[in-house]
Amino acid sequence: MAAGVAAWLPFARAAAIGWMPVANCPMPLAPADKNKRQDELIILNVSGRRFQTWRTTLERYPDTLLGSTEKEFFFNEDTKEYFFDRDPEVFRCVLNFYRTGKLHYPRYECISAYDDELAFYGILPEIIGDCCYEEYKDRKRENAERLMDDNDSENNQESLPSLSFRQTMWRAFENPHTSTLALVFYYVTGFFIAVSVITNVVETVPCGTVPGNKELPCGERYAVAFFCLDTACVMIFTVEYLLRLFAAPSRYRFIRSVMSIIDVVAIMPYYIGLVMTNNEDVSGAFVTLRVFRVFRIFKFSRHSQGLRILGYTLKSCASELGFLLFSLTMAIIIFATVMFYAEKGSSASKFTSIPASFWYTIVTMTTLGYGDMVPKTIAGKIFGSICSLSGVLVIALPVPVIVSNFSRIYHQNQRADKRRAQKKARLARIRVAKTGSSNAYLHSKRNGLLNEALELTGSPEDEHLTKTTSLIESQHHHLLHCLEKTTNHEFIDEQMFEQNCMESSMQNYPSTRSPSLSSHPGLTTSCCSRRSKKTTHLPNSNLPATRLRSMQELSTIHIQGSEQPSLTTSRSSLNLKADDVLRPNCKGSQITTAIISIPTPPALTPEGESRPPPSSPGSTTNIPPIGSNIVKVSAL
Amino acid sequence: MEMATVRHRPEALELLEAQSKFTKKELQILYRGFKNPGAISFYECPSGVVNEETFKEIYSQFFPQGDSTTYAHFLFNAFDTDHNGSVSFEDFVMGLSILLRGTVQEKLNWAFNLYDINKDGYITKEEMLDIMKAIYDMMGKCTYPVLKEDAPRQHVETFFQKMDKNKDGVVTIDEFIESCQKDENIMRSMQLFENVI
Repeated sequence: MAAGVAAWLPFARAAAIGWMPVANCPMPLAPADKNKRQDELIILNVSGRRFQTWRTTLERYPDTLLGSTEKEFFFNEDTKEYFFDRDPEVFRCVLNFYRTGKLHYPRYECISAYDDELAFYGILPEIIGDCCYEEYKDRKRENAERLMDDNDSENNQESLPSLSFRQTMWRAFENPHTSTLALVFYYVTGFFIAVSVITNVVETVPCGTVPGNKELPCGERYAVAFFCLDTACVMIFTVEYLLRLFAAPSRYRFIRSVMSIIDVVAIMPYYIGLVMTNNEDVSGAFVTLRVFRVFRIFKFSRHSQGLRILGYTLKSCASELGFLLFSLTMAIIIFATVMFYAEKGSSASKFTSIPASFWYTIVTMTTLGYGDMVPKTIAGKIFGSICSLSGVLVIALPVPVIVSNFSRIYHQNQRADKRRAQKKARLARIRVAKTGSSNAYLHSKRNGLLNEALELTGSPEDEHLTKTTSLIESQHHHLLHCLEKTTNHEFIDEQMFEQNCMESSMQNYPSTRSPSLSSHPGLTTSCCSRRSKKTTHLPNSNLPATRLRSMQELSTIHIQGSEQPSLTTSRSSLNLKADDVLRPNCKGSQITTAIISIPTPPALTPEGESRPPPSSPGSTTNIPPIGSNIVKVSAL
Repeated sequence: MEMATVRHRPEALELLEAQSKFTKKELQILYRGFKNPGAISFYECPSGVVNEETFKEIYSQFFPQGDSTTYAHFLFNAFDTDHNGSVSFEDFVMGLSILLRGTVQEKLNWAFNLYDINKDGYITKEEMLDIMKAIYDMMGKCTYPVLKEDAPRQHVETFFQKMDKNKDGVVTIDEFIESCQKDENIMRSMQLFENVI
């Protein structure tokens, strides 16, 4: 239960009166409020600054320092106040958390100091409110990165023997600064990329004439030299690619990554060229393949952080760019059409078709103005000028918008990811809190009867067995208990529920039931019967098979007892009997008297009928009592 | 609907003390809890009144395993006596005063009012079925024994058998009070929350 709403627990309990007329069973007793103190102001002295608050405010969160009895360690008898030798500024935030239920992070505070204070007061930073959570996480991440950088520079000299050869290689590829060998490799590959790119460029330069008065490009003049250079480069690239493929932790993911595709595209033309013959027709097509060699320049992006960022930003900005392109295309088509029809009349017009006018429109709108196509008619000139004016607007305006958009989108993207992660974390937190509270209830149920019986009989020597739950928790559990009684069903946890579902689907396994019976702690199907915790196996648990028709039937232990007035007994007498059973349980965890019921066919005795018929479906209180002096204590 | 700008001041402490059965100190404690409900994550509690969403969220904190929104809705309608969509502190105190300090007659009246959804003075089987389903919803899925589909309906049948004396298919306030007074369990459990504050 979120302790923050503990203040509303009295209301929830009062509202439970709405279930009472509907319930068919008596409700459990409310937990006694033993030391009912009037709410009092307590003084918290933090390094001289005095804070005052109500005791109940602090008790809203019983698992923190201030909300539990841990604060008694700081109680100063002389001044009757709690003294903490800590930072009063941060304490302000901590105390506000108790008051409002929201933990805020002050921006001026150092993140590690804040974390230390929270740890001291036993408050988890995860409950920082949404308003301050982003800031807190950002600062925390910066701090963590700073620590990591420090650690890295420390660790650089040490070798980590735990990494395998493959992992060291991968690390060397990703971070060239880890070892000198990696650095050498990094520079060598960079050098060869540069050489390869320059070669591609230079081999098209015409260098000198050959007798036969034909200008040859260098590539054909020094064909062999260029070929050797190309081969060398491709060999280096191939070796690098294979090494990376070997070292990659996830080969499939590596193959799919952009960089490896670029690598492959860069070296494929060479191999294809090797394979292909010197066929004239085919080599024409092959020559165009060589253009792919220019992709080798993209391999530089491994060497340049800036290129990588640019690539990422283009990717994240893709929708904006796409929209810009689309609007430009619309404008181009409109103006091209207009220009074409305007210039249709003039003779010898260059505007032969609308696609031909596209070129004019683009050149005009981007204010290039080559002048190879000019309008000659008056209408054409008018529309041409409109085109160039609008071009200025259409091109120039979106650029700063895109730039600012890009920056906004970039940050927003990051924030959206952060929010998604936070939302996931928060839902997980809520789920954990819910299961925590429901588990707390189930857990306390198993201990609950033990405690109640002990309390009612007031046995001091067994007090140590009781688990101390806070009053609020016990009241909350009582509330849930009342709901169970109203609906005649019980809360169980998920595993048991699934177990039950599985078991109920295999209804023909009665004989193996007996061991499992005792392992189901504290389950009952008939209301009004007391539960007792049984963790030991029943001594004579040879339950005949015929009796167990459905998995949800009770098995009851009949315990010989003295005269009992009626089965819908008053609580105290039941408790006495239960106490007899439980006492041996506490001490020796042995059941001394246990008589397993005999499976007589269900001839209901008066006792059986006097019980109000439970309305829970599918379960029957089957075993009629043997005599009127037997108290039924159901045990599973 | 933004109610945050409406500042609602409750009536004077003396007046409330006279109208309800709480002492001044108890009213103080109640008001502190009411005005500052604590960690309600989504819905800010506008000062002075509680709206239905906050109400539902507060109530759901107490029943983690099931879905308590329907029952909280009925409960809200029972507390919101003037049906203006929000529960003010006066409504809250008057309701609690009946539930915790009222006579058994008043409590039974309140319960009847809760079950009678359309406030026409009769509890029909449909209304009872809605209430019952809401209660069973709070149990959630993981129950023992497994919750069957017709469990609420059977429970309603049992209830009507007990309460509907003249078998006319509806339960009036007199039938209700009479039947409850005959049932020892109900009488006893009505006293259960006497000293909650």
